[in-house]
Amino acid sequence: MMHSLIDSFFLKEFDNKILKRKSDSAVIKIGAEDIAFTTDSYVVNPIIFPGGNIGSLAVHGTVNDLSVCGAKPLYLSLGLVIEEGLDKKTLAEITKSISAAAKAAGVLIVTGDTKVVEKGSCDKIFINISGIGKVYYPGLSGDRIRPGDAVIVSGSLGEHAIAVLSKREGISFGTDVLSDSASLNMLIAGALKASRNIRLMRDPTRGGLGTTLNEIVTGGKFGIALEEKDIPVSEGVREACELLGFDPLYLACEGRAIIIAAPQDAAKIIKVLRRDRLGRGSKIIGRVTFDHKGKVYMKTSSGGLRLVDMPSGEQLPRIC
Amino acid sequence: MKYVDEFRDSRLIKKEAALIRSAVDRKWRFMEVCGTHTMSIFRFGLRQILPDDIELLSGPGCPVCVTPNGYLDKAIAIAGEKNVIMTTFGDMLRVPGSRSTLEIQKASGCDIRTVYSTTDALDIAGRNPSKEIVFLGVGFETTVPTVARSIMIAKKEGIKNYSVLSAHKTMPEALGSLAGSDLKVDGFILPGHVSAITGTAPYRFLAKTYKKRCVVSGFEPLDILQSILVLIKQKSPKVEIQYKRIASSGGNPKARACIYKVFQKCDSVWRGIGKVKDSGLEIKKCYADFDAEVKFHPRPAPPKENKNCRCGDVLKGLIPPVECKLFGKTCTPQHPVGACMVSSEGACAAYYKYRGDRFE
Repeated sequence: MMHSLIDSFFLKEFDNKILKRKSDSAVIKIGAEDIAFTTDSYVVNPIIFPGGNIGSLAVHGTVNDLSVCGAKPLYLSLGLVIEEGLDKKTLAEITKSISAAAKAAGVLIVTGDTKVVEKGSCDKIFINISGIGKVYYPGLSGDRIRPGDAVIVSGSLGEHAIAVLSKREGISFGTDVLSDSASLNMLIAGALKASRNIRLMRDPTRGGLGTTLNEIVTGGKFGIALEEKDIPVSEGVREACELLGFDPLYLACEGRAIIIAAPQDAAKIIKVLRRDRLGRGSKIIGRVTFDHKGKVYMKTSSGGLRLVDMPSGEQLPRIC
Repeated sequence: MKYVDEFRDSRLIKKEAALIRSAVDRKWRFMEVCGTHTMSIFRFGLRQILPDDIELLSGPGCPVCVTPNGYLDKAIAIAGEKNVIMTTFGDMLRVPGSRSTLEIQKASGCDIRTVYSTTDALDIAGRNPSKEIVFLGVGFETTVPTVARSIMIAKKEGIKNYSVLSAHKTMPEALGSLAGSDLKVDGFILPGHVSAITGTAPYRFLAKTYKKRCVVSGFEPLDILQSILVLIKQKSPKVEIQYKRIASSGGNPKARACIYKVFQKCDSVWRGIGKVKDSGLEIKKCYADFDAEVKFHPRPAPPKENKNCRCGDVLKGLIPPVECKLFGKTCTPQHPVGACMVSSEGACAAYYKYRGDRFE
């Protein structure tokens, strides 16, 4: 639904070459420099969840959007829309997290804006963070993807989505699930340093791995084949998915990168990623194929073949 | 994951499949009743593992799928009333009624909320005393006890702004109707969780009167294969339990008492099958204050069905989803025409999602 909204309204009205690339950040030239520029708005319910809060999430999200474009994140803006009556303790907790997350990622918040709106006009707090960074690994692009390339994910899927959902709905699963929300700039810098043959990187946020890979293959001259047995999913997320009838492939991550790289470099990249705490769960989960152009499909653990489609809106918990 | 991984062990699955192959002496047609069975069969590629002589048909055990348009129309009519907060399990949102869906109504301003249990709906009622909270009661014996309980709590605690629009259904009567039709099946793979409540007694007539073999089955691939083997090996039709870790012949009498304290049997319309005598559950008169039918008297325009949609035939096991002209063309999970394409348990959704040959 979001895709048709973007295509039929925004791309149509604001049509330009840079926007058309639909990447996580726009890469623009200012003078001789390649600059990555991105913006993201954060609305999450609840605002404080296991493993983070809306503040840390906002910094991580924007830092990651810059990082996956091969840029070193440098400066952030911070826009806050606060609902009247939000208690000061919560606000302090969120701003502290923003500050800590920015410090950890090595970025500065250099400009900002605050609006307080009437009760009911927003849900507690909305945050927008824009960021700019300097591109140090130019040319990451879907156009560079070749059949045979390896598809890598830097850790297990869906923990952010399940952490938020379990807090919001007050459902607990066998194992506590913490959000994976984290800044990936250091992890990604390590991978980019290790290989000159990384084709494309993305962070599988809303819609998860399934949606992101579909965006990558759509219109491309290649398909992607996944191996279910290699896709990392934690015990807690699996339990939640079994209970609610969710598919972990479509659950949002906020601290994971998908890396598509030349096959000869895959093992090297995995080795580097695993050295970092945030990349310990890195796995090669599939490869780019000649056949099934424009489609993502998966060999299931029991030997069947399954299409991994673009999802039809948000996943809905089932009756029984 | 305990009780899951053991039943998905590919070595055990292969072994069981080999046992089935050596036991098969003729063609067999079985109906897997529950939508979760259907999904599991596809997800784990069981059709590829089973010998060709075993044919599996999807049955009517997906609550969303068998809920007729008329019910959705009533729900939409009530959701449009001022002061109403409609609460529902998530998978009802996208089911097409005659003219709209709850999801569309929500986007156009109706207050429709997804809940995970009736407790959530009661909480919403407590927090919004000036609003009427309506819960969409859809589902079989598995979910009905929780709905019945919510009504009992509402009555006891004097929560006056809570009501249920019941489309609850009971499984054995529907299976009786199918067993007596021209559907030629040798047996039923019965729903494990429904049976955990009902026990096996209500199914015995399927074996006795209709000579159908029956087995109460779990939902993991090994469960389903073991159940198929149980059916093949029966000397004469009877009801057996494979899903012993959850279901027993006596079922759960407490849960049943809960159901029949609040609900009574009524005739009910199943999408595709039509009206089946005594296969529904309506709220008893003594709980009429909590019956949304009584409270709101919804009177939507007569229901319309899409003539080309063959969900009905799919639910009766007469055709596989691919034989419907709309399948995968105008009817997809993004734009479902029929309910079987909406629910994650629906036969059409399962075919669409897991049919590998679709991109050959």
